[in-house]
Amino acid sequence: MRARDTDWDGVRLHVVTGKGGTGKTTVAAALALALAAGGDKVLLVEVEGRQGISQVFDLPPLPYEERKIAVAPDGGDVYALAIDPEEAMLEYLEMFYGMRRAGRALTKIGIIDFATTIAPGFRDVLVTGKTSEAVRRKGKDGRRVYDAVVLDAPPTGRIVRFLNVTNEVAGLARVGPIKNHADLVNGVVSSPETAVHFVTLLEEMPVQETLDGLAELRAAGLPPGGIFINMVRESLLPDSVLEAAAESRFDPAELALGLKAAGLTDGGSAAVTVAEALTEEITEHARRTELERDERLALEGAARPRYELPLLADGVDLSGLYELAESIRTQGAA
Amino acid sequence: MKTPPVLDLDAIIDDPHTRIIVCCGSGGVGKTTTAAALGLRAAERGRSAVVLTVDPARRLAQSMGLTELDNTPRLVVGVEGEGRLHAMMLDMKRTFDEIIEAHADPERARQILTNPFYQSLSSSFAGTQEYMAMEKLGQLRRSDDWDLIIVDTPPSRSALDFLDAPERLGRFLDGRLIRLLMAPAKAGGRSAFKLLNAGFGIVAGALTKLLGAQVLKDLQTFVSALDAVFGGFRARADQTYRLLQAPGTAFLVVASPERDAIREASYFVERLAEERMPLAGLVVNRVHRSPAAVLSGARSTAAAEDLEARGEHELTSAVLRLHADRMQLAAREQREQEHFISAHPTVPVARVPAMSQDVHDLEGLREVGDLLAAQ
Repeated sequence: MRARDTDWDGVRLHVVTGKGGTGKTTVAAALALALAAGGDKVLLVEVEGRQGISQVFDLPPLPYEERKIAVAPDGGDVYALAIDPEEAMLEYLEMFYGMRRAGRALTKIGIIDFATTIAPGFRDVLVTGKTSEAVRRKGKDGRRVYDAVVLDAPPTGRIVRFLNVTNEVAGLARVGPIKNHADLVNGVVSSPETAVHFVTLLEEMPVQETLDGLAELRAAGLPPGGIFINMVRESLLPDSVLEAAAESRFDPAELALGLKAAGLTDGGSAAVTVAEALTEEITEHARRTELERDERLALEGAARPRYELPLLADGVDLSGLYELAESIRTQGAA
Repeated sequence: MKTPPVLDLDAIIDDPHTRIIVCCGSGGVGKTTTAAALGLRAAERGRSAVVLTVDPARRLAQSMGLTELDNTPRLVVGVEGEGRLHAMMLDMKRTFDEIIEAHADPERARQILTNPFYQSLSSSFAGTQEYMAMEKLGQLRRSDDWDLIIVDTPPSRSALDFLDAPERLGRFLDGRLIRLLMAPAKAGGRSAFKLLNAGFGIVAGALTKLLGAQVLKDLQTFVSALDAVFGGFRARADQTYRLLQAPGTAFLVVASPERDAIREASYFVERLAEERMPLAGLVVNRVHRSPAAVLSGARSTAAAEDLEARGEHELTSAVLRLHADRMQLAAREQREQEHFISAHPTVPVARVPAMSQDVHDLEGLREVGDLLAAQ
């Protein structure tokens, strides 16, 4: 066990959701690294068949098996699993009915595909079921195999339906093993062992979706987690300058002097032209910063822990991922 | 880098032969805004356009002066010029209900609409939304009330789903397995059916084990009722598919200059070519540019370091750092786009600069339209 206190001690299943384009998979991957740091064993799960994890870690496509994909800072291992609903169903048939061979035969004539598509929520139960099993799995020593599981979940618009399997399935399967399986999943996802985190940008639509998603989550009795504000640009300019620029009151004259002092322009008129172009850039930046401030305020209203992750100018490569993991740790999310 | 052909969107929306524009791409790249802005621009250039969206964003409705969007096309007020613009949002359950109501006698329709399986299928089946979007598109096209239909695609987990889903749902509702489920007794007799019949025992057994007997029963009732109404689900899916291949259709792949979105756009372009769907080009939204691009990022950083070392012009050095960041971002975005352009050098591209504000009204949409056209 780790010595540090984090905001999510006791949480073993971290569900990560977010609007498309917010960097959900990246944040899930960085969170897994951060949780593993210091010697823990963490499983990172993806469910949408997009092979997002392998892309983020720059690996060949992942098979349907748990395998080690990264080593965390100060020891600790990240394992990954790309869940394939069809494989999960075969495994399920074997586990509960010893039907693996029959299952293979059924696959051949397209019946597994059929069964995983006909019943809404059925796919979801298989996937969340597999995840819940990993959360609860114990080794021979009686201890949990994974210290934490991070689930790269479907986007915000689908998250409650995805997790709320009991409701989804109950309408169709009133009895039977799928119902029991769904109940098991429900036991994990609605317990304090689970937290559902949201990834957002400081933009109107993702913020609105985050707030709506949180409300929906609460209404469904699912445990809300933190808000990860992704791709935050640090503001290099003092507030007074930003304020002036936002109101188009920024005076390029001083800037022109500075540019000249830095030897960036040859004659006086060129300095003024560049200074004016830069002023336009500053004004745009200031307006955006203002908008971001409003979105930040809106997020504060949700009263959930918030973490800010920097925009990486060169995009997210492996070292960028470790940088984000470090930032997550520093802020106490892991 | 190679320069891709310019995507001339005005030429596309002005061409009276263009009857359908499909905006596709991964989630969060601005598909819906692009669709709405193009619709407005087309209307203001004289077309009678309708925008069909699957995005329930209230903000978009409000930007068109509508309190909310629903399954009926609403007239957008404030459009300048001769043309007109309608907007609507797909209500997949409502659309499905309407198909049933239109094709079944009242008693059968009631049977179907109250079946629990139908209720799940019509509101949450993965693929129903895609299927119904295509169905609605077909309806709008057949009505001939508009000369241009602009549709954005559902926020599927993968943008490609929307091409497959109608097929899949059609196949499901029309397929042999369903028939097998419906009438196992009928399948006796000939040898091929014997095999199927033997298979059915296993299938029904497995499904009953998995889902419970009640589900299977609901499913059988539902399918036989639905099948009696119209067996041609697959035929309908095929029909819409052909509509998309027709010359009056233009596909716009929308992306942002991020790795994932660009990668998805590449897949999509390849897939559209495979399916012989008419691709008009790629729209890259939210591109960062600098009005002061003459000053390179490297020079900017060096100058900032110089000023900082001398302890002079604090403001200028901060501005130079900001500018260097912006140039670095622009360079990265450029690299991401190059991946696409080198792989697809003949695909026309339009770039839309990132806006500092979100779109809130027609004026905002108009501005996006101007940016789309100004290449």
